[in-house]
Amino acid sequence: MAEVKTQEFQRASVKALADAKLQSLLGRSMGTFDGARQEAIEELTPQRWEEMREKGRAIKRHTLDNLDYYLELLYDRVTQNGGQVHFARDAQEARNIVGQIARSRGLKLAIKSKSMVSEEMSLNPYLEEMGVEPVETDLGEYIIQLAQETPFHIIAPAMHKTKEDVSQLFEEKIQRPNLKNIEEMAGAAREVLREKLVNADMGITGANFLVAETGTLVLVTNEGNGRFCTSVPRVLVSITGMEKLIPSLEDLGVFMRLLPRAATGQRITSYVTHVSGPRRSDDEDGPEEFHLVIVDNGRSRLLQDPDLRESLYCIRCGACLNICPVYHKVGGHAYGWVYPGPIGAVVSPVMVGLNKAKDLPHASSLCGACRDVCPIKINIPRMLLKLRTQLAESSDSTQRKVSIGEKLMAKGYRRLMSSPKLLSLTHRLGRLAQRPLLRKGLIRTIPFPPFSRWTRSRDLPPLASKPFRQIWAEKLGKER
Amino acid sequence: MSQSPQIKASLFATCLVDQLFPEVGESVVRVLRRQGVEVDFPPDQTCCGQPLFNSGFRKDAIHLGRRVLKSFAHSQYVVVPSGSCAAMMKVFYPELFDDDPELGPQAKALSDKVYEFSQFLVKVLDVTDVGASYQGKVTYHPACHLLRELGVSKEPEALLRGVTGLDYVELPEGATCCGFGGTFSVKYPGISEGMLNDKLDNVVKTGAQVLTACDSSCLMHIGGALTRRGIDVKAVHLAQLLTGEG
Ligand code: SF4
Repeated sequence: MAEVKTQEFQRASVKALADAKLQSLLGRSMGTFDGARQEAIEELTPQRWEEMREKGRAIKRHTLDNLDYYLELLYDRVTQNGGQVHFARDAQEARNIVGQIARSRGLKLAIKSKSMVSEEMSLNPYLEEMGVEPVETDLGEYIIQLAQETPFHIIAPAMHKTKEDVSQLFEEKIQRPNLKNIEEMAGAAREVLREKLVNADMGITGANFLVAETGTLVLVTNEGNGRFCTSVPRVLVSITGMEKLIPSLEDLGVFMRLLPRAATGQRITSYVTHVSGPRRSDDEDGPEEFHLVIVDNGRSRLLQDPDLRESLYCIRCGACLNICPVYHKVGGHAYGWVYPGPIGAVVSPVMVGLNKAKDLPHASSLCGACRDVCPIKINIPRMLLKLRTQLAESSDSTQRKVSIGEKLMAKGYRRLMSSPKLLSLTHRLGRLAQRPLLRKGLIRTIPFPPFSRWTRSRDLPPLASKPFRQIWAEKLGKER
Repeated sequence: MSQSPQIKASLFATCLVDQLFPEVGESVVRVLRRQGVEVDFPPDQTCCGQPLFNSGFRKDAIHLGRRVLKSFAHSQYVVVPSGSCAAMMKVFYPELFDDDPELGPQAKALSDKVYEFSQFLVKVLDVTDVGASYQGKVTYHPACHLLRELGVSKEPEALLRGVTGLDYVELPEGATCCGFGGTFSVKYPGISEGMLNDKLDNVVKTGAQVLTACDSSCLMHIGGALTRRGIDVKAVHLAQLLTGEG
């Protein structure tokens, strides 16, 4: 499995906030992403958009409620079409399956179209180790591969790289100096990639959708690289999670309206590629073999949890990242695993283990903007709350991760708020205690946490001379 | 002449208003009374339990929620000068008590009676002009839970436009969270401050003298930074503007 750094969210977020270059980049780019989405919805009309969202959500719910049926249907169809379906319980199994295919057929060069699941598996290092050269063909992924990093964003993996960064990277890694603009860089990448594309014997892709009734894999791209990967190499391996299933081609129509608009504000992406098995005798091109690897890797755990199940409705459009004010501040890498942002804060803890990712469910002000923009109306804040409850109250001690201090504070607060008398008494004591802290009627510093973490940047109002309940009892309640 | 029966509303002041901002509670009472509403204040009330609920302490939140259900069992309406506490009672209580055969229906009944202050004025009393006047430029921060859990977006603006002399200016990127988020503000002070900075920039851009909102918590957060930086903008609860204070 991909290296897990979710434990380090606290530190990584502080580091990201201190990174001036990253901050200016995030400040500049995040707004435009969501602007395009809003325009696309206006154009479609918000009413139609709502209808589509409801439809999309209903289809996902139905499919996951009947997952066994649709998986079987998909299996039958893909097999009938001449493809092979493999099931992998975890990242390790998935790697072995892909490795076995490459080894037994003597494959040497793999061209890849974007796949988040392959990131979950850390597939590239694994392939390299066994002597297969993996080449990312999506420009953003290619940049990330050269830089030996992980994606920063679900759909814009290299968005944290400036033009200058990429120019330097291309000079160092592919000896193409002095590239000035994006066109030149894309051109240089294309030249390098073209040679790989024509010589590759293995194609590796992810999937945006799996259509059960026809056994079709659907790829949505803007660069046409997906089409290359699925048609040129003699062996095609597509790796994906079972949540990508949808029942029919008719359902696909709904998602093809939702995904591009939510992701990039496009009415449709430049390329939509359908793969329904290996080359047939009358096909001009296409792979000789088609393998579909369906990876669980923690998804069953999400499926089994009624409160978290809807996280599997996600179509990985990235809209929740683009709107999230927390993502805007810390960026993608701070989240420490494959899926960043609001949806990552829900799925990563379950996929890597809540005990390793206890900070993620709390890394949200629960503002709800993600739910508002999600094309599938996934209730992310509710799921973050559920995870917080697991952390605070789970009967399973490996899942329960709450500091003694926090627990005591919660108990103390409950106690205090259970008794108006105790509250009044505490108010009076608090008035005395705050006296030395007051400066011009405000509290400017409290030297101990958690209050110090407030007063480091904001003043705190003092306890009022009389609480409202007293004002009411003495005077206000008697007036009319 | 027939007179409509008098509307009775119980005030849930919220713990923050009770302890730190009693003047907000006083304003709410005054505005409501001016509209002919009979206001009462169940004295046993404290906190709705939201801070615990948001931190994952569901059982403790349920404990406080039970008290609220009891305190307001006989109210006709419950008015709350906070979108976030109103959301707790209106939206989250029914979820929290869902599997409790006795309290579930009580939570549902309470949910139907609970209104956030601006929502109560516009939706229940059907007023947007409460007869207040205020000279000055005012901008409004739509608090997240008010906006997204309760769906209250137009009401506060309508009330502000009803204030004689008040010059209303829209807050750019208003719907973006101010970074408070309860314990989030002290768990992740850096991220919270980053969000707060953006909010302050936008507030300053408006040129308003007053920033208003329907939640004392957000106002405490934004206001605390305004005073810290010596920015000459006052953070004032909507209820205070509607009594002509500010
Ligand atoms: S949770 Fe919703 S908004 Fe976020 S990536 Fe998934 S589908 Fe898109």
